[in-house]
Amino acid sequence: MLNNIQEFYSILPLVILGAAILISVVIEMYSENSEKILPWFSILAFGSVAVYSLLNLEQNLEVLQNALAVGGVVNIFWFIFNIGAAIVCLLSVNYIKKYGTYFGEYYIIIQSSVLGMMLIAGARDLIMIFLGLEIMSISFYVLAGFNRKRTSSNEASLKYFLLGAFATGFLVYGMALIYGKAGSTSIDVIAQKFSVLNTDVLFLVGILLFLIGFSFKIAAFPFHMWVPDVYQGSPTTVAGLFSTAGKAAAFSALIIILSAFFVSSGNTFFKPYLSVIAVFSMLFGSIVAIMQTDIKRMLAYSSIAHAGYMLIGLAAGNSDGIAGIIFYLAAYTFMNLAAFGIVSIIEGENEANLNIDSYAGLGSRSPVLAGLLALIMFALSGIPPFAGFFGKYYVFIAAIKADLTWLAIVGIISSVISIYFYLRIVVVMYFKSSDLQEKPVINFSEMFGVAISVVLVIALGLAPGSLINLITTFFKF
Amino acid sequence: MENSLLLTYLLLVPVAGSIILLFFKAEDERIIKYFGLFVSTVVFLLSIYIYFNFDSENSSFQFIHQFKWIETLNIHYKVGIDGMSILLVVLTTFLTPLTLISSWSSVKKKVKEFTFFMLFLEVGMLGVFVSLDLFLFYIFWEAMLIPMYFIIGIWGGERRIYAAVKFFIYTMAGSLLMLVAIIWLAIHASSYLGGFTTDLEQLYKVAPLFDQSTQNYLFLAFGISFAIKVPLFPFHTWLPDAHVEAPTAGSVILAGVLLKMGTYGFLRYNLPLFPAASTHFASFISILAIIGIIYGALVAMVQTDMKKLVAYSSVAHLGFVILGIFALTQESVQGAIIQMINHGLSTGALFLLVGFIYERTHTREISYYGGIAKIVPVYSFFLMLVSLSSVGLPGLNGFVGEFLILLGSFKSSVLNSWWYTGFAATGVILAAVYLLWMYKRVVFGKVVNPKVEELTDLNKREISILVPIIIFIVWIGVYPSTFLHVSDKTTTKIIQQVQNPPKAELK
Repeated sequence: MLNNIQEFYSILPLVILGAAILISVVIEMYSENSEKILPWFSILAFGSVAVYSLLNLEQNLEVLQNALAVGGVVNIFWFIFNIGAAIVCLLSVNYIKKYGTYFGEYYIIIQSSVLGMMLIAGARDLIMIFLGLEIMSISFYVLAGFNRKRTSSNEASLKYFLLGAFATGFLVYGMALIYGKAGSTSIDVIAQKFSVLNTDVLFLVGILLFLIGFSFKIAAFPFHMWVPDVYQGSPTTVAGLFSTAGKAAAFSALIIILSAFFVSSGNTFFKPYLSVIAVFSMLFGSIVAIMQTDIKRMLAYSSIAHAGYMLIGLAAGNSDGIAGIIFYLAAYTFMNLAAFGIVSIIEGENEANLNIDSYAGLGSRSPVLAGLLALIMFALSGIPPFAGFFGKYYVFIAAIKADLTWLAIVGIISSVISIYFYLRIVVVMYFKSSDLQEKPVINFSEMFGVAISVVLVIALGLAPGSLINLITTFFKF
Repeated sequence: MENSLLLTYLLLVPVAGSIILLFFKAEDERIIKYFGLFVSTVVFLLSIYIYFNFDSENSSFQFIHQFKWIETLNIHYKVGIDGMSILLVVLTTFLTPLTLISSWSSVKKKVKEFTFFMLFLEVGMLGVFVSLDLFLFYIFWEAMLIPMYFIIGIWGGERRIYAAVKFFIYTMAGSLLMLVAIIWLAIHASSYLGGFTTDLEQLYKVAPLFDQSTQNYLFLAFGISFAIKVPLFPFHTWLPDAHVEAPTAGSVILAGVLLKMGTYGFLRYNLPLFPAASTHFASFISILAIIGIIYGALVAMVQTDMKKLVAYSSVAHLGFVILGIFALTQESVQGAIIQMINHGLSTGALFLLVGFIYERTHTREISYYGGIAKIVPVYSFFLMLVSLSSVGLPGLNGFVGEFLILLGSFKSSVLNSWWYTGFAATGVILAAVYLLWMYKRVVFGKVVNPKVEELTDLNKREISILVPIIIFIVWIGVYPSTFLHVSDKTTTKIIQQVQNPPKAELK
């Protein structure tokens, strides 16, 4: 009995969020003021889950018949998802009105997507991964097409849905093959049998299909085709959610599965696949981003490149690499949320001001926004002392320790290329003058969201040890 | 007793100043200008205080302050100075207030941002010279790019965007390679030291134990990054663009301090960490340096733009410094260190003078001028003095550095040939040609351009900027021992580290 109560407390974050979804539905149905209540209610729910997760880092349990782990790194992920989602809600309060029609479902679906992410991050069973992934993905498909009257939004949603379903097909097929050979869906059992099964063709095909399915979700080359169109067509704040919490969730699944395998039989088996897609994602993302004229598309390609940097950590396959990716994900989440947040503030009605040229002279029109965006661009390009630099630093350390110095060098070449397009935003904002006199309207809520992200980017840059200590304490390798 | 927090204060004062500055109203330009000057003067006085408390008989690092920064990776905040960095620190703090005053009339837009970036830049530069942890050094090295990028990009000339982006990407490409080398070095040193560390003094003990080929790779990875900054031929192409497009204050800081970071990097990191590779590459790099000396001088000679001429002369002068470093003798390294200071003073002053006349006429074309000696006598006097110091006239500072470098490289056992000295010496002659020829065309002769008649001579503010620099130009020229003495023991130690590197203990 006590055991059940303990179990209940440990999954309380999931319960809170589940209850919040139901309550939100009720609020939306019966309240006239739902438009004002729902965003703040969601933020409250996300905030309390985030705080609860952070306070319960110490526990280390496997619950729901060993299908879900809680505590430690899982809670760090939960914290990242929920803070990210809370920031997205802050950014959305005014944006969603500017973007088009308001529906209360917007916040409800964000909540459900986060619930899905939390299941993925804690999963110890393939079924649980699949369940979480589908909850998250289906919510995302809806969010992408949120404005049904707009063609680009519909296109984004449909494209995301079709390609996402395709990737899920790979994933399920892979899981079926793995289950067929290993005789279990439990990740721990599969990991134990890995050293026996790693010569079995069907099992290996299963693993490969599984990796491909997730390569799609983390937006790695060559499974990245959906990214630019979906980011461009979706509401900007939603694109922010996809690229941060969504990507972190997909990475959390990869980390769980692969680190279980690494423990049992080292990473020599996965190294080639992961290194190759890492190299291509970095170079492809950075090079193509140079040619973009739309800031959201540019951020989309930059997101592909960042997936590549994080994959370096996985390819290294040591505990530094895993800790590095988790740090990188946290850093990237806050950097990108700030970037998308600022873009959403500057964006006018009917998707105006998304072209990079429309940022000309922003340095004098809106010094605060321009200053913050410049800071974020430097952070994204990996210049110290901001969070982005330490993310790269950690994964490079991991790569060099794993004798993958060449991969770190490719990462560096790609970083140099990427400086060009990040700096271009700064160049346009500060070095080019324009006739535009329009000043972006800044409201409290979105500025608050951006401010939280920027503060976290700076804090993680000045004291990266705080987070990396937490991760290494809890990450048992 | 020495106060270990002094260097940290030195970094914190400009940081605090730039933060306070953000709360000023952009319209209060006068207050902002005086505040910027006030902060940078405080930093200068602080550095002078450190200078007088510095013990030049002691070759080890002084005023060390350290604490754990990132515990997981054993990264420390560790700062300290020795006889080489103290001189560069004082040079930095000396030039910053002067450039701020010089920009009072030339920077007309966004004065607040300009002052902010100058102070920010000062933090970065000082940080590079005082950090004793490779990781900390890297952070300052990179962070300093941001303000310089904005200074060129916002307040620069016509092609400023191109120049700013080129400057940034060039430097970044080099320094990221260095980052890999730093990580690699720290990881491989950890097997000797029993733990991952980027502490420079620890690495001094073990890095020389690496085998020759490892040292070579690491030397190149660090060296390319520094060579870009110096700039050593053939990595110099960013320099003329950046210099020409940068505002005067930017050029002065760029020439005066930023270029020194490259040569400083060689002395502080490459030589003591990789002694075997340093002697291995010494003649190769010296040849590049000599190509730089002659090439820079020849290209400077044919410039029609005064600022470009001075920019190319930097390539030549820094070639001397590199030659001095890699000749690896006591005289030549001492010469290189003093030449770093000289170049900061002379070229800084040349850029200031070009900037002053540019403010009046908005052109830097040499052919526009001619015969201004009678119209602006004070200006002509200063230009002559500074040109002669840059040429290396005995009695002025340039001579001391170049003489020591040539003397040292002649005796050098590492280079072991007088050809190096022979070719480098032609650079001295060529310097006289291009600078004095420019001087002749600008100052003497007949007035060809009637507009030149309206030139006004230097005002009190401009003279007060130049006089302190001239004082040091003459001082170093007449009695260099004051400064040579400070770096003497440190130089001996660096040479010692290269010639007699620590040997592996038999285990």
